[in-house]
Amino acid sequence: MSRRRRTAAPVPTPVPAPTGEVLPMRSSRRIARTVAAFAGVTVLLSGCASYGVDPGGDADSGEITYWMWEAAQLPAYQQCAEDFHRVNPDVDVKIEQFGWDDYWNKLFTGFVANSAPDVFVDHTSRYGEFAARGLIEPIDDRVAADGVDVDAYVKGTTDLWIGPDGKRYGLPKDFDTIGVYYNKTMAAEAGVTEEALKNLTWNPDDGGTYEKTIAHLTVDANGVRGDEPGFDKSKVATYGLGINSSGGPNGQTEWSYLTQTTGWTYMNAKAWGTEFNYDDPRFQATITWWRGLIDKGYMPPLSFTEGGSQDQQMQAGKYAMVTEGSWTLATFAGLEGVEIGLAPTPIGPSGQRAAMQNSLADSIYTSSPRKGAAWKWVKYLASADCQDIVAASGVVMPALQSTTETSKAALAKTGLDITAYTDQIDAGTTFPFPAVLNSAEVNATMTSAMDNVMAFQAEPSSLTAANEKVDALFTR
Amino acid sequence: MATTSRVARPRLSSTGDALRPDSNGSTRERLTALAFIAPALLGFGVFYFWPTLRGIWFSFTEYDVFNAPVFVGLDNYRALFQDATFGNAMLVTVEYVAINIVSQTVLALLIAVLLHRVTRSVFVRSVVVMPYLVANVVVALLFYWMLDAQIGITNQFLGWLGVDPIAFFGDQNLAIPTIALVNTWRHVGYTALLLFAGMVMIPHDVYEAGRVDGASEWKMFWTITLPLLRPVLALVLVITVVGSFQAFDTVAVTTSGGPGDASRVIQYYIFDLAFQRLQFGYASAVSVVLFVILAVVALVQLKLMRAGESDVA
Repeated sequence: MSRRRRTAAPVPTPVPAPTGEVLPMRSSRRIARTVAAFAGVTVLLSGCASYGVDPGGDADSGEITYWMWEAAQLPAYQQCAEDFHRVNPDVDVKIEQFGWDDYWNKLFTGFVANSAPDVFVDHTSRYGEFAARGLIEPIDDRVAADGVDVDAYVKGTTDLWIGPDGKRYGLPKDFDTIGVYYNKTMAAEAGVTEEALKNLTWNPDDGGTYEKTIAHLTVDANGVRGDEPGFDKSKVATYGLGINSSGGPNGQTEWSYLTQTTGWTYMNAKAWGTEFNYDDPRFQATITWWRGLIDKGYMPPLSFTEGGSQDQQMQAGKYAMVTEGSWTLATFAGLEGVEIGLAPTPIGPSGQRAAMQNSLADSIYTSSPRKGAAWKWVKYLASADCQDIVAASGVVMPALQSTTETSKAALAKTGLDITAYTDQIDAGTTFPFPAVLNSAEVNATMTSAMDNVMAFQAEPSSLTAANEKVDALFTR
Repeated sequence: MATTSRVARPRLSSTGDALRPDSNGSTRERLTALAFIAPALLGFGVFYFWPTLRGIWFSFTEYDVFNAPVFVGLDNYRALFQDATFGNAMLVTVEYVAINIVSQTVLALLIAVLLHRVTRSVFVRSVVVMPYLVANVVVALLFYWMLDAQIGITNQFLGWLGVDPIAFFGDQNLAIPTIALVNTWRHVGYTALLLFAGMVMIPHDVYEAGRVDGASEWKMFWTITLPLLRPVLALVLVITVVGSFQAFDTVAVTTSGGPGDASRVIQYYIFDLAFQRLQFGYASAVSVVLFVILAVVALVQLKLMRAGESDVA
């Protein structure tokens, strides 16, 4: 190899400036030019975009785009779209499906770029913000004009879609509640009967029979149960109860089924409240008890939630019981190698059970040029024509009451006792998802605060300070 | 000017003079050069320069995308200094960069030396860059599952060795080191290849002279390889440090900044503020601060490492 030589690179000489110009004049001209450029840039920066939401149009034919995130429900809705097109030949529905995480980012980008779908599946935790910014269309007038019967839906579902301004932003399509999945084999080995699992009681002081059962179902590496002497909580093979996350602001599947039975409520209204109750002793006592399960070795530490999901852990025999939403029915029923049972949430100090009820609905994008066609589709989605198909597919519980029997029969094929979910609706022990404005901010504050409590980095009393921070969001 | 150049412009076919930069052919050459860099320049202008200017402007406003930005002066920057989450994000990011850069550079140097001094096998070289060819998100998800505390394969092995389950991503103290090392794993091969390319440029006879003088490989590494590699190492360090400060995807697909704020690196915090919480003005202010920090870090690195000079005489 030859030695590299450093040679002086030829430097290009700049073209000599034409002489004869008076320097001061030149520099003042340059200054003027610079100022003009800066002014131009500032004007461009601040003024070249248009703001506000495009009012859209009311065309009632053409192609409309529909977005959903549940892949399991796609075949049923595809069928609905085909049937709909047969009845309404002048409207084509194009369905696109994206996973939950991508869904909201894509939707948001769509709103910014004025290219969001005409109709999309909406969530109670999100639509308040969309409504407040005028991004989705209130449908009260259309509901009234077409005489849609809002009482035909399962109790509680329609009210979830009345926004912060008192207007309706969607017709419910399905609903969900919370229940307890358990490993049948493990329960049988522990001598816990299904009858007992369906009649557990709970209180925040000693945990009641709920805690006793969780302890009994916990087994360490030596086969010693959580309620037996010599239990080694540092070497747990199977935890009595699983954990999904700290629950953030609402603890939908984590702790809301407990807090509600103490008489605690999230805020000063069922939805769209402005003062929060995370400083309430009943709430903090419940969280203290729940966190105590980790300390006792009956529930895994929060750090174990990073990685596999609850159903995967359950399949691997790491959890004997988990609390989950009814939207996971198909997932848990399909777990191979384990036999899963379903029980209702425990009876609390109020003497009753409690389960959060939520509902999905379809919203119409304000800037859609074809809102007439969009409404036809939304109405069809919430009608018996489509919901019967969805009910028969047996992956979700439709909100239309007339479909309930079909749905129960289809879901019964999973082998799970879905009365654990439906009985609470019939008994009126469900409570609505706590929809709030500023949900992203509330979520950021409360998730961080709850994570720190559950990771034993902070005491439950620290939630009082978090509550003040959340309250402050609504007094600005 | 134009007249002169038209008269004096030599024909391309005549002599090699036209290639001399200071001749009048330079205009044509410059145009050609411009044509070559135009696509990149356009991309830079549209996707980097213009958004940077917009970002700086937004950092002085309150802006949620759907409504016109409202000028608020230095309010965002004032809020920054009282924002504990921002302070924590800075600390977490610095911890990430320190672990990632130190481990990555040391390992990459080691691999590069082995590639340079021990084997020249193209196969080995290909294997070394393999991790870099796998998409970041895929790497992150694979490690996320492999390192699960209860059902991950890593803890299964550790269990056989009698080690209790370790929540690599879930433990607040381990989340950042884990994420940093996952990214080291992915990038170390590519970095090693860059350093290896630098080593190839070091003249062979220097090593021969060293060997004649009886120097060991160890001594030659410290007195020949490392000093002569300096300009390349400086460049690689600037690129990797700047890239490391912008860690985002691994966090986004695994811990989402948690548990608590344990892995909320600055870039994830910016995403969180802008795209989840619609605080584009404030997020822009954080971005501008990150931009300034990165510019300073890069400048200091280039200055300290005398990146523009080479010791290869």
